[in-house]
This record gives sequence, C-alpha cells and structure tokens, in this order.
Amino acid sequence: MTPSSPANKSGDHGIVLLRSEELLNWSRESSLWPLTFGLACCAIEMMGSMASSYDLERFGIFPRPSPRQSDIMIISGTVTYKMADRIRRLYEQMAEPRYVISMGSCSNCGGPYWQHGYHVVKGVDKIIPVDVYVPGCPPRPEALIDGFLKLQEKIRQEKPLTGTALTGENPERL
Amino acid sequence: MSFDDIAAILQEQFGSTIQVKTASPAVVVSADVLVNVCQFLRDDERLFFDLLACITAIDNGPQVNTMEVIYNFTSIPFEHDLMLHVTVARNQPGMPLPAVPTISHIWRTADWHEREAYDLVGISFTNHPDLRRILMPADWDGHPLRKDYQEPQRYHGIKTK
Ligand code: SF4
Repeated sequence: MTPSSPANKSGDHGIVLLRSEELLNWSRESSLWPLTFGLACCAIEMMGSMASSYDLERFGIFPRPSPRQSDIMIISGTVTYKMADRIRRLYEQMAEPRYVISMGSCSNCGGPYWQHGYHVVKGVDKIIPVDVYVPGCPPRPEALIDGFLKLQEKIRQEKPLTGTALTGENPERL
Repeated sequence: MSFDDIAAILQEQFGSTIQVKTASPAVVVSADVLVNVCQFLRDDERLFFDLLACITAIDNGPQVNTMEVIYNFTSIPFEHDLMLHVTVARNQPGMPLPAVPTISHIWRTADWHEREAYDLVGISFTNHPDLRRILMPADWDGHPLRKDYQEPQRYHGIKTK
C-alpha cells in the first residue's frame, strides 16, 4: 500500500494487491454476524461473550435479529425435539454462505441428557451441518471465542470462486 | 393447625372416604370424592387452602399396576399444609388412560399442572378445559415418564440414538 499523508485522505493513491478470494474470505471472516437466539444455560455464556468484558464485537461479531441477515448460527444449549424443527427452519432461512458453531456438550452430543433425555436431540449435527464444535458444559467465553477463531481459520482456507465451500458434512436425513 | 387436626376435620366431614397415612403425613381419597374434598379444603373457614402448591403424578410400574396423583396444598394466611394422594389403576397398553377428575375449576394452577401430568405420565383429567400436551411436541407418541416407556427410533426424521 502506498502511504498517503494525513493531509491527503482522498485515498486516491491507496493500492492493495491481493487475490479476490482472499478479499472475499477476509471480509467474510471479519464480519461474522450470528443469529440472536439462545437455547439453554450455554446461552448465558454466549451472552457473556457478547457483553463488554469479552466483547465479541471487536472481532466483527454482533448478533442480528433475523436469519436473513445472519452468517452464523450459534447453537448455544440443549436442542429438544420440539425445538429441532424450528432450528432446521431458521437454518434454512439463512443465506449462504452460512456457518454453525455447536456450543456445549448438549448441542455437541446430547450432553447430560445423553442417556435418559427422552426429549433431547443427541447432537445438533443430526439436523444441520456443524462447522466448529466447542466443548464444555458450559464452555467459558474464551472457549467460544476460540471457536470463532477456529471458524475464521476455516474460512481463510475456503475457495469461494474456484472451489466448493468447506461447510460441515450433511447430516443423515430420512 | 397440625396435620391431625386437619385430618380430623376432614374425617368429620367425609367419614371413612378419608384415609390417613402417617409415615409422611397425607390423606388418601378415592378419585370419585376428590372434587368434593378439594372444594371443602378451599372453602372451609378453618382450613382455607388457598394455594395449590404442586401436583405430582407417579407411575408405580406394571408390577404394582397403579398410578398416583399427589396434591400439595398450602394455606397462606393459616400457614398450614396438606398432602393428598389419589391412587388409580394403571391402564393396559392400548386401553384408555386412568382418569382423575380435574380440580382446575377450584385452583387455576391445576390447569397446567394437570396438563403436565397428562403429557409426561399419561393421566386423563376428566372435565379439564384444555387437556393438551404442554411440554412434549403435540404429535409425540406415549408418555415419557411411564416406567415401561419405549423411546421411538426416530422423530421427524431425526435418529433418537
Ligand atoms: S452443555 Fe451444559 S451448560 Fe450447556 S446447555 Fe447443556 S447442560 Fe447447559
């Protein structure tokens, strides 16, 4: 980039050289907007991550009220069968590219409801593809932030123009 | 008022239909007198149980072949409590659910508590204004807290194991 003097802020001489895929990936990974919703106790930690002490917004992550505006879905808590249909529908309403972080044991595999939870889906990856799993019951905000950093790493390796997107595996469906 | 005093008032009013359990003090009544007893518990000036604190349903399993509904009442001004049991026969698979009359017209609280007992344990509350499932999805099969409950293999295409 050619440095411009503070007196000349027109940007006329600023040049950045990079591949267009890198530009796309950079802009995607720097503005991951999650859909606002929480499912159980893990959601409290997610809210903590977004509040001032951990401040997810410094990574360009701030929640949106509509799936149409969201890039990422944080499954923060227990996925019941009753909620599963709603989650699937919200996921389908999000525009691509879309990503999913599964936060906490419940959403990873059923968690404490693994054996006797007649009402709990044994892992959200049974209904939607998951990109990053964050372990913990509940994971601390640092762990969720780490999940976002892992997702950013993953996005950096994508080839949005020349290859296929590296989204999670499609779950088994009927 | 102590439990013995409350039980004495009830026995004086309803006679031998009231049985008393002393281990964890409770009165036991049959389903057909439940509504009358409850109305009396709420309206009698000495008792005045104005709060229905909880309804619990229990499945005692196919061997014992009974189910129980347990009511916990509290009188807020008099600061006394009462536990009341109703025992009904368990239904065979495919037969109508065991029936207990609703008390939701006496305490509105009972409405949702009875829906929960219906949803999870499978007790039919007769004359209930709106006996639908309250926790499980509306199209769920069976009552999950029954001792012989079998989980379905799939729900809406999601594998359950
Ligand atoms: S993983 Fe633990 S903290 Fe998170 S929703 Fe499940 S039970 Fe709650």
